[in-house]
Amino acid sequence: MSVTRFTKSAPKYVAVAAATTLLLSLGACADDGGGSGGGGEGDKPYVALVSKGFQHQFWQAVKKGADEAAAELDVEVTFEGPETETEVDKQLSMLQTALDKSPDALGFAALDSEASIPLMTDAQSRGIPVIAFDSGVDSEVPLTTVSTDNVAAAAEAAKHMVELTGGKGKIAVLGHDQTSQTGQQRVSGFVDYIEENAPDLEIVDTQYAGGDQLKSADAAKSILQANPDLKGLYGTNEGAATGVVKAVQELGKAGDLTVIGFDSGKAQLDAIKDGVMAGAITQNPVGIGYETVKAAVAAIDGEEVEPVIDSGFFWYDKETMDDPEIAEVLYE
Amino acid sequence: MTSPTTPTTSTAGPAPATGTTRGPRYRQQLQQILAFAGLVVIFAFFSFASPFFLEWANIKGILLATAVTGIMALGATFVIATGGIDLSVGTGMTLCAVMTGVFLTNLGLPLAVGVLGGIATGALLGLLNGLNVSFLRIPPFIATLAMMMVAQGLSLIISGTKPIYFSDVAGFSQIALGELVPGLPNAVLIFFVAAVVAGVLLSKSLIGRYALSIGSNEEATAISGINVRRWKVAVYTLAGTFTGLAGVVMASRLNSAQPGLGLGYELEAIAAVVIGGTSLRGGRGTILGTVIGALIMSTLTNGLRIMSIPQEWQKVAVGVVILLAVYADILRRGKDA
Repeated sequence: MSVTRFTKSAPKYVAVAAATTLLLSLGACADDGGGSGGGGEGDKPYVALVSKGFQHQFWQAVKKGADEAAAELDVEVTFEGPETETEVDKQLSMLQTALDKSPDALGFAALDSEASIPLMTDAQSRGIPVIAFDSGVDSEVPLTTVSTDNVAAAAEAAKHMVELTGGKGKIAVLGHDQTSQTGQQRVSGFVDYIEENAPDLEIVDTQYAGGDQLKSADAAKSILQANPDLKGLYGTNEGAATGVVKAVQELGKAGDLTVIGFDSGKAQLDAIKDGVMAGAITQNPVGIGYETVKAAVAAIDGEEVEPVIDSGFFWYDKETMDDPEIAEVLYE
Repeated sequence: MTSPTTPTTSTAGPAPATGTTRGPRYRQQLQQILAFAGLVVIFAFFSFASPFFLEWANIKGILLATAVTGIMALGATFVIATGGIDLSVGTGMTLCAVMTGVFLTNLGLPLAVGVLGGIATGALLGLLNGLNVSFLRIPPFIATLAMMMVAQGLSLIISGTKPIYFSDVAGFSQIALGELVPGLPNAVLIFFVAAVVAGVLLSKSLIGRYALSIGSNEEATAISGINVRRWKVAVYTLAGTFTGLAGVVMASRLNSAQPGLGLGYELEAIAAVVIGGTSLRGGRGTILGTVIGALIMSTLTNGLRIMSIPQEWQKVAVGVVILLAVYADILRRGKDA
């Protein structure tokens, strides 16, 4: 039954698809003056993106940017990632499957840079251009890396911590992951800035809680408990920062110390509006997705791409969070 | 393998395992004393190690951190007492939180209805687990492993992979963070009340006696005229109900249902049950032990954090404590049995 239904509707589907493709390619021709050509006749170039996750709001924003670029540049994009950012093995099997589908280009956000090297080599031998996004891969294979400069972004957070605390007293860091490059840079960029620029600001503790809101809240409470005179607390991603906010609220310490976060999410945005959190750094996840697909298309077309594409970051607080440029990259 | 207690009654006597001989009860008490002593030692150690550990705000923090996994562990105690296992409680809890979100925010149902709906979701998951184990004869490990994945997937699908926030639901965050008893968050109160209910159910009611009896000797229990299949379904459903309660408490504390959470919480719950002296082979277990086990887990994590011990070492420490607890149990069983 399903077979007959399929064959019946198939011609209509093909017609619609053909018309759409025609329209889109006409549009593309008008824009670029007839650029690429691609592999298959009439087939859109296919860019497979393997991300670090998909359920997290951040990755949904990356996907949004990728979809925008896909529509604009007339390519087909798929987006997938493991459920949690610790499932390195699952991500590798996703990467393997993606390669087996012979995409025209591959975008990859490595959970574990080292572990993915064999598959990177595999991609190279198959002639599939690879664009790294979000965090770098220690390999020569990726043509470029589209990412936030996390060291600079964390230093920006530190700069605001120094300003808001007056550069004196005890502060602490609640990290989300001590094994990924991103997780490490979010801490080291902050710590290095403080050590160089604010010798009177003492980082008394750095704890990690895997970015899990509940565990981050409990960890942040322990830090606050052990350091009643803490002046500032910095959470390095949405989960960690949300946990810090939760801890400060549960202990009734809102306003007693400077809380600085990273990324967005409703809990964090609300905390900034309510004054529990002083401000946060946001990456530009829409930009990451967009630039990744754009770089992938450039690579398919044989164009040169810059070795590093910085997708940028912003500091935002109560005053600036509604600015259009910032509001666009914040997510609930 | 042979249980020291064989059923001597065939009709009226419902519990062949728990009370008929002195052995098991004596061993259980010993296990509880040991677990409690462990908790006291850990408390004493951290009190000396950090001046901030014994502050009430920190004790409150420990209790609050225990509540969610603690409530799950209460239900898990019943399942483990039958000799089964429930791996679906972690992601099942998340699904219950998500469904609570759907009921309260998407459908706009009244608070009490939404909360009961969340708890009922857990009971339904447990019922399915029970039916799969009892009537489809799927081993508990596999049946609940599959349910773990189903629940995780459904959480992501139903929530659209986005957290559901309860900001517009008046009073929802009070469920966990309000203080009916001044100074004590409701989440902790719920945990304690749930523990008392679970304790009565396990030691004083049919479901508890039959659960222990099934775990002690399933065939003998069946021969003595007890409908083992039906009672197993009841046990898994009860465990699911506790999972639902845990989901509501977690959602309330975070004021949101986070669809990505939950995986790994089941192992913490199981660890709490095992540290508390409930045998993974079934037939033996107490709620008091489970409560102490859950407290040991969270006290250890809290204390190590207060001492600024890195997270890597916190995990090592918790793992070693689980090994010690189970080994102590084995040693004692070897002597007694």
